[in-house]
Amino acid sequence: MKKIICECGHENPEGTTLCEKCGSPLTEEEKSKKLADMRYEGTAIRSKTYNKTIIDKIWNFFSSVKVGVAIIIITLVAAGIGTFLPQVIYVSLTEYQDAAAAYKAAYGTFGSIYYKLGLADIYSSWWFQTLIGMLGISIIVASLDRGIPLYKSLKNQRVKRHENFLKRQRIFASGEMSAEEADKAFDLTEAKMKEMKYNVRREEGALLAEKGRFARWGPYINHVGLIIFLFGVMLRLMPGFYIDKTLWIREGETMAIPGMEGFYLESKKFTFETYSKDEQKEEFNESKKAVNAVAKNYQTDVKLFKAPDDAVPGDTSNLTLVKEMPIIVNKPLKYDGYALYQMDFRLNELKTMHFDLIDKKSEKSLGSVAIDLTNPEKEYKVGKDSKVVLKKYFPDFAGFEDGEPQTASPLPNNPAFIFVMYTPETPKGETSFVAIKQTLEPLGTTKYKMKFSAVDTRNVSGLTVRKDKTLMILMLGGIVFMLGVTIGSYWSHRRLWLLKTKDGRLLMASHTNKNWFSMKKDLDAVTEYAHLPVYVDQHDEDQKAEDAEKKSKDKEKEGDNI
Amino acid sequence: MDKKKRRFYVRTLILAILVVAIGYTIYTTATKDEVRLLKVGAEAPDFSLVDLDGQTHRLSDYKGKGVMLNFWGTWCKPCKKEMPAMNNQYKVFKDQGIEVLSINQAQTVFEVENFISDFNLKFPVVIDKTKSVTRAYNVNNLPASIFIDPTGKVVRVHEGELTEEMLAEFFSSIKPE
Repeated sequence: MKKIICECGHENPEGTTLCEKCGSPLTEEEKSKKLADMRYEGTAIRSKTYNKTIIDKIWNFFSSVKVGVAIIIITLVAAGIGTFLPQVIYVSLTEYQDAAAAYKAAYGTFGSIYYKLGLADIYSSWWFQTLIGMLGISIIVASLDRGIPLYKSLKNQRVKRHENFLKRQRIFASGEMSAEEADKAFDLTEAKMKEMKYNVRREEGALLAEKGRFARWGPYINHVGLIIFLFGVMLRLMPGFYIDKTLWIREGETMAIPGMEGFYLESKKFTFETYSKDEQKEEFNESKKAVNAVAKNYQTDVKLFKAPDDAVPGDTSNLTLVKEMPIIVNKPLKYDGYALYQMDFRLNELKTMHFDLIDKKSEKSLGSVAIDLTNPEKEYKVGKDSKVVLKKYFPDFAGFEDGEPQTASPLPNNPAFIFVMYTPETPKGETSFVAIKQTLEPLGTTKYKMKFSAVDTRNVSGLTVRKDKTLMILMLGGIVFMLGVTIGSYWSHRRLWLLKTKDGRLLMASHTNKNWFSMKKDLDAVTEYAHLPVYVDQHDEDQKAEDAEKKSKDKEKEGDNI
Repeated sequence: MDKKKRRFYVRTLILAILVVAIGYTIYTTATKDEVRLLKVGAEAPDFSLVDLDGQTHRLSDYKGKGVMLNFWGTWCKPCKKEMPAMNNQYKVFKDQGIEVLSINQAQTVFEVENFISDFNLKFPVVIDKTKSVTRAYNVNNLPASIFIDPTGKVVRVHEGELTEEMLAEFFSSIKPE
């Protein structure tokens, strides 16, 4: 490895632009600049120094700020394209075979390509995750590559710097001064700077006052926050850290809670309320449509049960009641790290159907039958001498296949029954197939029929079961991130150097990473108090002189915050 | 040079950790939809359900026998199609230490009883009223059949209709020595 040897005799690692010891410029490029580039204290950015192995090449790629910015832009553009069409979770798939078919049907070839590229579920697509992963690598590598040398450099900085270093600072002053005057100025400067809460170090003929060095860590701290955040998001994929499931439960049912082993939920009642006319503002009632349309409450009254620890799934013989409470929107049931949220509902699912057994001619009823669809019975007594035998029940009748009635689902969406009716007049029994708006008499015309009279319904609640152990990690990431931003934004790293030269001059230079206005206020105070030479802002001077070059300078400033 | 070597190893290590973490994330997401709680070779989760005669069936009581679990519903056509095949093969393998436990998806006793008599089912049928067993086995599509060997390990998970030939083969693979 090549070393750069400074005039002062110090050996610097390759890539260094300002001598680690005295601060003299080392490269031709650096020498040609009027002001020193203080962003990383002139230290060698590690990646730029070694480029031999493949690992170094990968490392250097990710260390580049340009690459980092490019990744961010690509990610943003991709996420933007992801908003062109609805994401797959918002697309109703019921009519289609799968999501791909749904996109093709709705948006044609474009939709098809869109789906195939994974844009329809962008956060789960491999290439988007790769981008985010690369961003993570970029953040870590770039921070390590810059943060560690910067830390070392600031930790080991010398009090005494070379005149060339001081001259090339933005704030610079120089004045003839006798040795005694200079010593006095040093003492006064030390006193004043200490009063202004600076750390002051003195060496022979040199002084360094420094304040707020931690402000330089702001960007690195917020990068740590981002990494913690990304780590938290990654943890969600690990089993046991994150659960997000749906539970549909009907009034009166007790169901195992998905994702929450050993727990059962009973729904006692689902309530959907809207505002009544007098509760609503007048403007609402003016529109006919809006009357009673504003939801007031969605609520499921539930009981949470726990099975004994040694109970296996399916064994519900010894459940203990844990909690009984209503689940209301934004007021979930919380237990043991799990939360059950009110998310959805379906009103009026059929529960009980009432029929009258009537004589078809006279329409006289022999009595009524109530069939509980959640527990149909084999036989129903009607009056004293008659009975109805339920032969078959099809909860979701979907037509005949090979003469056999079919059910499309287990839900009572379209119940159908095969009854055999026994009355004193028809002791052998008459068979009738009864569906909604449809009665068939497969074994010949019947004298009696089951006439539908009424229904009882029940409501279905859609609940979300959620557990998120990563929340605290995400929160921590957010807090650390904001801490970094705050430190980087509201504090500045200020330094003042004094140097007594052999030829009887006193040199002063100053640097801050931001907020030069406040730095100058400190400088004005100390200059006056310690009778230091009057300083000039070389940057201001330059600007006045080189207005034309302004644009290019602005460009340089970008990326200052890395 | 020592310093240089160390740097190389540190960089390699950091990049390796990051690549593994990202790779894991992508892999897990890509396979998320197919994740089964139930892996072939894993211990079959124990459960206990009551059949229509009131008799409790606990999976662990069948240790030493080959067990087939069959998840079904009356609305599921392939479920109906495979029932006669299961019935026939059950008769063949019953005496060779094979048990079939058929698990209905929270339907009514009435429907299940009708179904049993329609198909003249010879093996025990239980109703998973709270769906807790279905959830423990992460069954999403019907029919689903799980084949468990005499030691209680899952040997095969099959989604979809089974033929007699398949059943004969699968039963032979789990039958006790």
